[in-house]
Amino acid sequence: MTPMVRAESVTKRFGPVEVLKGIDLTVRPGEVACLLGPSGSGKSTFLRCINHLERIDGGQLWVDGELVGYRRHGDKLHELKAREVAVRRRDIGMVFQRFNLFPHLTALGNVIEAPVRVLGIPREQAREQAMRLLDRVGLTERAGNYPSQLSGGQQQRVAIARALAMRPKLMLFDEPTSALDPELVGEVLDVMKGLAADGMTMVVVTHEMGFAREVADQVAFLDGGVVVESGTPTEVLGNPRHDRTRAFLDKVL
Amino acid sequence: MTTDTTAVRVVPVRHYGRWLTALIVFGLAALFLRALFTSPNLEPGTITHYLFKDYVLDGVVTTLWLTLLAMLLGTAGGIVLAVMRLSENPVLRGVSWTFIWVFRGTPLLVQIIFFGFLGALFPRITLTVPFTGTVLFDRPTSVVVTGTVAAVLALSLNEMAYAAEVIRGGILAVDGGQTEAAAALGMSPTLTLRRVVLPQAMRVIIPPMGNETITMLKSTALVSIIAGRDLMTAVQTVYQNNYKVIPLLVVAAIWYLALVSLLSAGQWLIERRFGRGFTRGGVR
Repeated sequence: MTPMVRAESVTKRFGPVEVLKGIDLTVRPGEVACLLGPSGSGKSTFLRCINHLERIDGGQLWVDGELVGYRRHGDKLHELKAREVAVRRRDIGMVFQRFNLFPHLTALGNVIEAPVRVLGIPREQAREQAMRLLDRVGLTERAGNYPSQLSGGQQQRVAIARALAMRPKLMLFDEPTSALDPELVGEVLDVMKGLAADGMTMVVVTHEMGFAREVADQVAFLDGGVVVESGTPTEVLGNPRHDRTRAFLDKVL
Repeated sequence: MTTDTTAVRVVPVRHYGRWLTALIVFGLAALFLRALFTSPNLEPGTITHYLFKDYVLDGVVTTLWLTLLAMLLGTAGGIVLAVMRLSENPVLRGVSWTFIWVFRGTPLLVQIIFFGFLGALFPRITLTVPFTGTVLFDRPTSVVVTGTVAAVLALSLNEMAYAAEVIRGGILAVDGGQTEAAAALGMSPTLTLRRVVLPQAMRVIIPPMGNETITMLKSTALVSIIAGRDLMTAVQTVYQNNYKVIPLLVVAAIWYLALVSLLSAGQWLIERRFGRGFTRGGVR
């Protein structure tokens, strides 16, 4: 089976700083992969490379068998134009640490925007789908509210519904609960657990060890721009082989 | 513990300074108003006589549509220039920069006169199909670029330069996370600009653009120099014949003030429309 995400020695630098120094990772369809690691380890940058929000400098990165950012034509690779990149991104949902909801649109407006404008789905049909998604994240009564009238947890749940409205084959989560008050973390994690249970392929950058232990099929520990070790949660979290992993886990657990 | 206020009398702070300044201000205002209304040259009768004359009203209408047309073209061009300046294409960036440099760097009055005398630079405007010699259009410049056309050209090109900077500022004020969220949803750069960035930038753009509109309304008075048929041209024509300069300037001032008040009210309505979603309580 084609892996949903396959990375081979992916590198990325910001000016003189090499943020990713050769990341290798494979995520199979239906799998939940959690990326752990200290801040500055490159886990968020790697996540952003997957949907080409960052351009990789070296190595190769495939999503569902297609090279990210390139189109193969014979034996040549052509770099994609902005418009073509946008088309590829349609099937990859992303949830951000700071929600990034559109503040000038209501919760419902946020969810129907891309299906209507990008996929050309009729407004009524998009609306019905959006209401089902808002119901799924438990926010039916909040459909008419603007983001500023919602709590952080509610905003993040709308953001998840917004990403799901594009019917993605892969969902990326960039520290989805890090900007939330502690009592609001649970409601967002519950939605994510539901998604995982429904078989969604997910790559999650997180500090929530409980979530990783319970939901992840694969845990990768990143430090200094490389994957230090990866495996099942039991292996990596229960019995880490590397000192750096052990030191990190001692601090966060 | 509470203080028993029935026993002692509370003396509020006395603002002697305020009383004194109020006295001085009222005194000066009274002196000025007396001087104004006892002056034989103000002629309230003349003012009311000309205030609603049909050629003055025609001037008001011209000033108003000149303002609106220049602002409309100026804003549309300003959006294009702003996007060009923020573009990754260095040629477009350079063109936009140069345009803004020229039109902000020279006086509006100079630009108006320049367009008014465009025929002195290019006597004829000719459009041909390249390499065939077929002439599509050929007219004397003075016929095509009339006083009104020159006025619209000068005012809107000048406005484009200023609007571009205001709009660029508005676009830059929108959080980068918004563009990223739109990109992650598969929205193209153009769609992102139109549906996500500009609607949010509007909130920042409108107050200074309201200012621009008010400035524009008053700047239209400058086109009287090339007989732009506006309000100022109308009153000038009258006082050049009857020498009642002050009363006619007051007529113009009253109309400008009324129009500016109208525009300010419009700005308030538009600001409320684009402020949606940004205040917790003030939605709908």
